[in-house]
Amino acid sequence: MQQNLLEIDDLTVRLPEGRAARPILDGVSLSVAAGEMVGLVGESGSGKSVACRSVLGLLPERARTDGEVRVAGRDVLTLSRDGLKELRTRQVSMIFQDPRASVNPMRRVGDFLTEGMRAAGVPAAAATDRAEELLDAVGIRDPRGALRRHPHQFSGGMLQRVVIAAALASRPSLLVADEPTTALDVTTQAEVIAILTRLQAERGTGMLFVTHDLELASAICDRVYVMYAGRIVETQAATDLFDRPRHPYTAGLLACTPRVEPDAAPPRPIPGRPVSLAESPSGCAFAARCAHAQERCSVEKPVLRQYDGQGLAACLRADEGILL
Amino acid sequence: MTTAVDVTALRRRPGLRRLRVFGQGPLFTAAVLLLAALVAVALFAPLLAPYDPDALDLQATLAGSSTDHLLGADQSGRDVLSRLLYGARSGLLGPLVVVALSTLLGILVGVVAAWRGGRVDALLSRSMDLVFSFPGLLVAIMFVAVTGPGMTAPVIAMAVAYTPYVGRLVRSIAQQEKARPYIESYLVQGWSGWTICVRHLLPNIAPTVLAQSAINFGYALMDLAALSFLGFGVQPPTADWGAMINEGEGALLQGAMLPALAPSVCIMLAVVAFSIVGEGIADRVAKRDR
Repeated sequence: MQQNLLEIDDLTVRLPEGRAARPILDGVSLSVAAGEMVGLVGESGSGKSVACRSVLGLLPERARTDGEVRVAGRDVLTLSRDGLKELRTRQVSMIFQDPRASVNPMRRVGDFLTEGMRAAGVPAAAATDRAEELLDAVGIRDPRGALRRHPHQFSGGMLQRVVIAAALASRPSLLVADEPTTALDVTTQAEVIAILTRLQAERGTGMLFVTHDLELASAICDRVYVMYAGRIVETQAATDLFDRPRHPYTAGLLACTPRVEPDAAPPRPIPGRPVSLAESPSGCAFAARCAHAQERCSVEKPVLRQYDGQGLAACLRADEGILL
Repeated sequence: MTTAVDVTALRRRPGLRRLRVFGQGPLFTAAVLLLAALVAVALFAPLLAPYDPDALDLQATLAGSSTDHLLGADQSGRDVLSRLLYGARSGLLGPLVVVALSTLLGILVGVVAAWRGGRVDALLSRSMDLVFSFPGLLVAIMFVAVTGPGMTAPVIAMAVAYTPYVGRLVRSIAQQEKARPYIESYLVQGWSGWTICVRHLLPNIAPTVLAQSAINFGYALMDLAALSFLGFGVQPPTADWGAMINEGEGALLQGAMLPALAPSVCIMLAVVAFSIVGEGIADRVAKRDR
């Protein structure tokens, strides 16, 4: 079997808080193959950001972890400082939520793009040429002029393109995007998404796309993982997930979205509020909000199991096909 | 509800506007000009001074202000104005070295403490507290007690004593700066901590440090003058403001004010000017960050 580019294997993360360790992630496993676009969907507090940051070794310093996060076969969690640096410069890049915050406002965009390459030993002229190429690739007009401008002279969407260009500068084999369009307005979102998917396809980059927008994820990704309260509750190929969700939570997320079709049902919100792993009960974390919950749901912890087809779901009643 | 605002009325008068340096008021401009004049005087003292600062003229002893001696002469008949002009040299050079050394050391200690955190931070911070709790002048005097009078030992002692002022400030603002997301996004690009610190963190905190260093300059000037006044620093007959006040004491008892008063005024003006400039820069930085 071909080795996956990214393999998170049974990752558990706890943060020490006072005497008790507060759990953040519980047995999260996911994988991204080379050139694959994988979505990771969940509400705020579900642990999706922690999961994706673990890929770059960006966990909080005192976090205690179990399991492995392997990038090209090497466990990120046990890498030395130099190993991490090597990983970050050559293999994995990350795009953050807010482009405005992730660029030093005092320096020119050209510095932002070339400094990393300069540090890696690329001569100044070559780095500038490459920066121009990258800006051109992300659809910025007049790349040469853009290099001389400061971040505040760009709109949010344009700046996110610059950030994407910087992330691609090292020719990474894996790109981690943590809600790259959440801070942008809707029209810009579409453009940035288009650029990301085009570049991802052109360059054959593996990508882990973190978002809270299930529809967006199922529209652009090959496979989608759905997280709830620090656990993966369902994973399927994107199209299947959208048509035949297995977990009531996924179904609930899909039902919350308003539809434009004339005969469509009105959006139905999921009752209750999301819980974090720390406050989740011993059984299924979603049981309290689930319309299909039975008594055993609040006692027995469901495990991810395969049901007909490819997907996995962690629901005691998934095989009953009771959804919606 | 709308409020009509006469925009042109909000514009400042151009005459005053021309006086603004760094977007600060006329007071700031005056302070900058005064300091510039001070530096010029220190550099060109030999050209400006009407007399040799150490030349004795016993006939002019304790002479009052006249066309021959604009600020009079001291007990040994030396021209007070010439001595003031030459005195600007040691008056500025000493604090300059103190501020340069303490700023460098403070930045190093502060950035390392903020960046590394944990035990390194605890160790460096406690060391700074220790130095901070010791009066700088006392340390300087102890140094002099070991090495004998002169400027080298006090300057080094004062540099160490002033390091915590810079170090604590740098540590706290570097911590804030380090918490900004852009630092993390650069880390994720695989840049080394050293690169990020030198090329991004330092330039971003530099203006705040500059403000603190300008204020420190004034204080260091006063402390070193005090040392010279006490006889531990610049040694007679070299012209120095602190030493001049000391020598002027006798003249004061005999009714001549100028030999002691003139250097006192110089010290005061310089210290106030440095404080105004420092606070002006700090103000400017605060406005920028808002």
